[in-house]
Amino acid sequence: MVVTALKETPLAAVHKSLGARMVEFGGWNMPVRYKSDIQEHQAVRNKVGLFDVSHMGEFLVSGDDAHDFVQYMIANDVNRLSKPNMALYTQFVNEEGGTVDDLIVYRRENDFLLVVNASNMEKDWNWVQKHAGKYKNLNLKNVSDDTALLALQGPKAVQLLSDVVGKDLSGLPSFSYSQEKADGLEISFGRTGYTGEDGFEIFSATGDAEKLWNLLLAKGEKYGIEPCGLGARDTLRLEAGLPLYGHELDDQTGPLEAGLGWSVKLEKGDFIGRDKLKAQKENGVPKQCVCLRSEGKALPRQGYEVWSGGKQVGVVTSGSTGIHVGYPIAFAYVPPELAKEGNQLEIKIRDNMVVAHVVRRPWYKRAK
Amino acid sequence: MLSYPAELKYVKSHEYVRVEGDTATIGITAFAADQLGDVTFVELPKVGQSFKNEEKFGVIESVKSVSDLFMPCGGEVTAVNDKLSSEPELVNSDCYGEGWMIKVKLSNKEELNEALSADAYKDFVVE
Repeated sequence: MVVTALKETPLAAVHKSLGARMVEFGGWNMPVRYKSDIQEHQAVRNKVGLFDVSHMGEFLVSGDDAHDFVQYMIANDVNRLSKPNMALYTQFVNEEGGTVDDLIVYRRENDFLLVVNASNMEKDWNWVQKHAGKYKNLNLKNVSDDTALLALQGPKAVQLLSDVVGKDLSGLPSFSYSQEKADGLEISFGRTGYTGEDGFEIFSATGDAEKLWNLLLAKGEKYGIEPCGLGARDTLRLEAGLPLYGHELDDQTGPLEAGLGWSVKLEKGDFIGRDKLKAQKENGVPKQCVCLRSEGKALPRQGYEVWSGGKQVGVVTSGSTGIHVGYPIAFAYVPPELAKEGNQLEIKIRDNMVVAHVVRRPWYKRAK
Repeated sequence: MLSYPAELKYVKSHEYVRVEGDTATIGITAFAADQLGDVTFVELPKVGQSFKNEEKFGVIESVKSVSDLFMPCGGEVTAVNDKLSSEPELVNSDCYGEGWMIKVKLSNKEELNEALSADAYKDFVVE
């Protein structure tokens, strides 16, 4: 028997003192909830929530070839980052057109910062190293262990972080990147997130994480801040129509199938997986990710069968109650001819066939 | 703190029983409700249905999970807590009171001899 200890973020003791329920996620011991999934979800929709996402991986790419390397590794166009301090969402695609991981790429003054999923960190690190060989002036550094990451999300996030850094941040564009001081701590942040709300993902040194967390909670009290766990993170991202690796994306499933075509730039030049994605774009995808709204109160869950015309046609990849929208929701993969908005399908929930409608993505979109 | 009233009996599948005469009121324990998190849906049987001891009588869903509900004793359903269809959160806020699930007419009271006392159940869930 091999016993592998779960990895802990620098905030493990803080989560314990807040009474969080901990679960294993991608090899990490993470808080799933502090009090209530619903309360934490609604705090982010209506006020502000704070998440520890230090389990995520961070790679630095520098050197004269960094730009060309990143461009070859990702499906989005790195040239959209026309100057430093900008970020974009993208995927590493494999040669077969499946997804190695989805990630955010930050262009900084002297390097690129790649933020990848915790559960894929080792795979991603091997993947980037494998393709680095032909670039002469390239430095790759895995700084995941030295980096803490907090997500501050919700309509009050911008006011709160402005208070904390002593500067009005409301004019920062979405997907911008900044460096500031917070009560003497060096922090940097993107105006990014994974909840469908305005907010920031804030990087700090591992050793500063606890101070930063406590500072945000203390200054956030007047805005109604709640610490939030991975439970709320999952229901928030789902309601906002955001894919999760291992559910909507995997090594066999590419970004076009997942409905992420907006982030795939086939015309930018060569990148890994381009030929397969180009063929999918021209000839159609084998399966299509759809947003479903199901009837009744029973919840669709990952792995449940999707039926149409008396036979199984697909499978649910994520499902939950849409906590803010107020009805059951699910991502599912079905044949493209069944993916049209308004189409009626069925989800097999235990022994019942429950009617589900294909609806426009996403279920929840914040008012601008 | 999670509580386990002394006047109730408990089973290892995390249901409790409140016995009054030959009627048993059944619900899930504070431990189970806490494990599940926010309850969103409870699927319960109809009055008149009969179940054996340990038989599945319903399903409980929370935001994060779905679990079967099992009879802590055999009997015929005499009442169902309809309130849970519109307020499933009562299972979280008051599992031993307003969050009860079904009442049954006990078919064999002796089946409950094997059920756990509050202290024994507490030891079971703390382990």
